[in-house]
This record gives sequence, C-alpha cells and structure tokens, in this order.
Amino acid sequence: MAPLTGAPPLVDVRGLRKSFNGIAAVDGTAFSLARGECFALLGPNGAGKTTTLKLLLGLSNPDAGEIRLCGLPVPAHAREARSRVGVVPQSDNLDPDFTVTENLLVFGRYFGMTADTVRARIPSLLEFAGLSGRAGERISALSGGMKRRLALARALVNDPELLILDEPTTGLDPQARHLIWDRLKQLVALGKTVLLTTHFMDEAERLANRLAIMDGGRIVARGSPREVIEANIEPQVVEVYGDDVKAWLEAEGARSAQRHELSGETAFCYADDPRELLASLQGRANLRYLHRPANLEDVFLKLTGRELRD
Amino acid sequence: MNPSPWRLPEFSLRFLAIWRRNFLVWRKLAIPSLLGNLADPLLYVVGLGFGIGVLVKEVNGVPYITFLATGIVCQSTMNSATFEALYSAFSRLSTQRTWEAILNAPMSLDDIVLAELVWAASKSVLSGSAILLVIWLFGLSNAWTALWVLPIIFLIGLAFAALGLCVTALAPSYDFFMYYFTLFITPMMLLSGVFFPVEQLPAAVQAVATVLPLNHAVELVRPLLLGRTPEHVVLHCGVLLGVALVGYHVALALCRKRMIK
Repeated sequence: MAPLTGAPPLVDVRGLRKSFNGIAAVDGTAFSLARGECFALLGPNGAGKTTTLKLLLGLSNPDAGEIRLCGLPVPAHAREARSRVGVVPQSDNLDPDFTVTENLLVFGRYFGMTADTVRARIPSLLEFAGLSGRAGERISALSGGMKRRLALARALVNDPELLILDEPTTGLDPQARHLIWDRLKQLVALGKTVLLTTHFMDEAERLANRLAIMDGGRIVARGSPREVIEANIEPQVVEVYGDDVKAWLEAEGARSAQRHELSGETAFCYADDPRELLASLQGRANLRYLHRPANLEDVFLKLTGRELRD
Repeated sequence: MNPSPWRLPEFSLRFLAIWRRNFLVWRKLAIPSLLGNLADPLLYVVGLGFGIGVLVKEVNGVPYITFLATGIVCQSTMNSATFEALYSAFSRLSTQRTWEAILNAPMSLDDIVLAELVWAASKSVLSGSAILLVIWLFGLSNAWTALWVLPIIFLIGLAFAALGLCVTALAPSYDFFMYYFTLFITPMMLLSGVFFPVEQLPAAVQAVATVLPLNHAVELVRPLLLGRTPEHVVLHCGVLLGVALVGYHVALALCRKRMIK
C-alpha cells in the first residue's frame, strides 16, 4: 500500500501501539499517505480512530511504533510538524468569547502569523467556508454547520499541507454534510492531502481514494473503496423484509445465497449471482425485497459485526 | 522512548500569542472586571478599616486602616491570581477545550501553562494596583518606595498563579476548588498578617505562618507602602520566586500527565 511516487509519504505510521489500562486502543496499526491523497480511517466507535490521530499529532505518546508527520519524527518533533498541518477536531472548540474573525486572527497567531497576514487571508477563508458576511458574528449565533465550517476555515489559516479531520460531518444535517464534502473535494483538487476519520460509509466512498477499516485498534481491510468491496464481499445483495422472512430464509433463501445474515426482520443475502434468490422471491406477496450492488457498509458490517458499539 | 512528564520546561516566547488571546477576552469585559477588582477589596478596607479601626486605633504605630490596606494589597493580588488560575484556566482546559484547540497548533503545553501563569499574574497586577490606587486616594501612603510594590505584586501573582495551576491540573470539576480555598487560601489569608500582626498568634501557629507565601508577600509590601525598607528582602523574594518556579514545573508536569496520555 505504499505510495507509488518517489516522494516521501506525508504521513507514515508503522507498528503503532497504544493501550490504556491494559486495553489496546491501537494495536499494530500501519498506514501511509502520499501527497495529494484523501485517506479515510473508517471504524465503529471505539475502534481507535481518534487515538490514532492523537498519536499522529504527538498529543499522545505511543507504546511502540514509528510515526513521521510531514517528514518529521513524532512525538519528538510533533510541535514543528503541526505547523504544517490543519486539524478539524471532533468536538467544537472554537473560542466562544470571540467573533468569527477574532477566532481566525487569534488562531493564526498561534502559528506565528502576524495580524496583517491573517487579516489578508480571512475574506477568502470565509468565502471558502460559506461564511462571508458573518465575519463579525459571535460564535453563539452560528448554527452547528456554520461552526463546523468555521473550524474548517480555522484549520486552513496556516495554509497547511495536510488537513486532518476527525468525524467532520457527525451531527450535521444533509445540506451541511454535502457542503463540507464539496469543500473537501475542492481542497483535494487543489493538491491538499486529507486524512479523515468517519463512521459514515457514504462519506468514505465519496471522498476517499483510499481507506482503511479499523476495528479493535487494528486495520482489518484497506484499499480503494472499490478494492475493499471486491476483496471482502460478494458483489450482489438482496435485502428481504416481511413477516415470513425467517421461514423463507430457512426453506429457500439460505440455499440460494452464498452468505446470509438475519438482523431483526431483515434478511441480508449476499451472492455472486442473485438470479436464483430473486426467482424464489417472485410470487411471495408477504415479502418485500431490495436488490442492490454491495457497498462499503456491507463490508463494514461484515468485518466489524452488527453488535452495538458504545 | 517517550518524554517524561517531569522533564524541564522548554521556554519560548510563543506563550505571548496565548497571553494575547486571554488579554483579548479580558478587554471585552474590562469595565465590569476592573470594577470587581476595585469593589471587593475596597469593601474590606472601608468596612473593616473603619469598623475595626474605631476599636483598634493603631497597630505597631500605624493607623489600623493603613495596616489593613497594606495587607489587603497582597491578599487581593493572591485572590485575583488564584481565581484566574483556577476557574478561568479550568474553563479553558476543560469546559471550552481552548487548550485542546491550541495544542493542534504548533504550541506545546509548556507554552500554554506559561501563558496561563503570566496571564494570571498580569491580571493580579490590576487588582493589586486597584488597591494601591485606593491607598493613595485615601492618603494612607505617600511613600515613593510604594512604586517598588508593583513588580512585587507581579511576583506575588506568579507565585499564587503557579500554585493555583497545580490545583487546576488535578481538578476533576469546579467543585474541587472549594477544598483549595477552605484548606489553603482562607487559612493563609488569616495567618499571614493581613488583618493583624503575626506576633498575635500562638508560637506554634507563628511557626506555620512564617512558611506561608502570603506572609512573605506581606513582609515585603507593608514596609514599602509605609516608606520603610523591608527586612530580609532576598529571603522573601526568594520564597515567592521559588514557589513560582517550582509551582510552574509541577503544574506543567501535572498538565502533561493529564493531557498527553
């Protein structure tokens, strides 16, 4: 999975381990990002995504492993490395006492930027974040989506080479999510490198050119979205719902599918060729079904299980 | 090998950017904040000064209100630095996650804790100066040596900010600070010669009082305001500076343990 270009990777993590109170949060993780990539770390809650990001930024000390961020060893030179990185955190930590502009000005100063330099960048940052005309607004007056976009603008204040986003669209409505996706695509088109964590499959499928699925601190699958789907699951899915789904599954469905799962009142049947399945469903008025190609969510659920993670 | 949380602090002027952040927030609330700084100690000086002053005419040859006011300068500085290092710093550490945001920039906890220390001390200079102003306005002191009090107020602020930041680094919630006030700040206020001379206390308690940082602060500030030269200047300054430096290092180590797991 190493990048093909000769240039050194922007992020390079090997054999990373971290446990808290004897429980492994990150258990031998390795991945790297080439310049210009959009890489997604996918996983259920508690998979070790946020811990991985913290380790990468030097905000947590690894038990074992090597980390290089923008070519610098972490945690030894984490502070210097962070000057070339922008971070959008999972939870909002904008400065509530400041206006939108002041948030950007103050944050720019943390990077050693002068007020004039930041001020010159603010109009384009706000335009990019869809916040033009809100420069003087207080943070409490912004919606959740606007706050997240301001956090994105703030992460770009130092014109970073690498943008790290921890669950960038969690808690946002569909309109706000699409806007964030659109902006991230623009950034990748501009040549920025993006590393994001998410538990939304559609987000990873849309944005990432490569992804890794994490569970229990380990990477359990990796590749492009298409590669991950092809390598891990049958290409066709038939979802069957209805009162008699169990009886049908036992009598016919289980035989016709390569693999099946029953979750509540829904049977998920996976097959290379779904014709037999579809034929057996014809004339069963009490069963409804949906035939679709397999997606990343199917892989995710197959690899990480259907039990709740919280 | 991971760095030890007890490694020495790394000094950098980067802390100024964080200090300026806190200053910018303060500037937005400057008027109510200044009034608060002035009102609280003023009430002490006027209330106790005139009230008890009627009963106790003089202490060590000084009118009671003057004796009291010169002690309140130190107590007010201590309180201001302590409140900032406890409640305000804890908000930025925990509730508002300001420190977390700053750590995503090229800043270290060394910079953040130093900024909090210097900021709390800076703010305490405002409180201390407010009382100085009262003292001059009431004509309680007209000694030119009083100007030496300003840098000493800053030093007192650093010492108590450093102690407060140690408590903040350990605090699970705001409620935790009550212990610090009840067990440390209030006894210190009563035993350090702010309201009455330490010599009034039983010998055993006097021995305790001599190690309290606020006592060293009072021993420096009171003579200066009365136009006298303090005794044991190096000792008193040394204790305050020592508390500030050691306190900063301990606070930083505790913050490293708390935030960089």
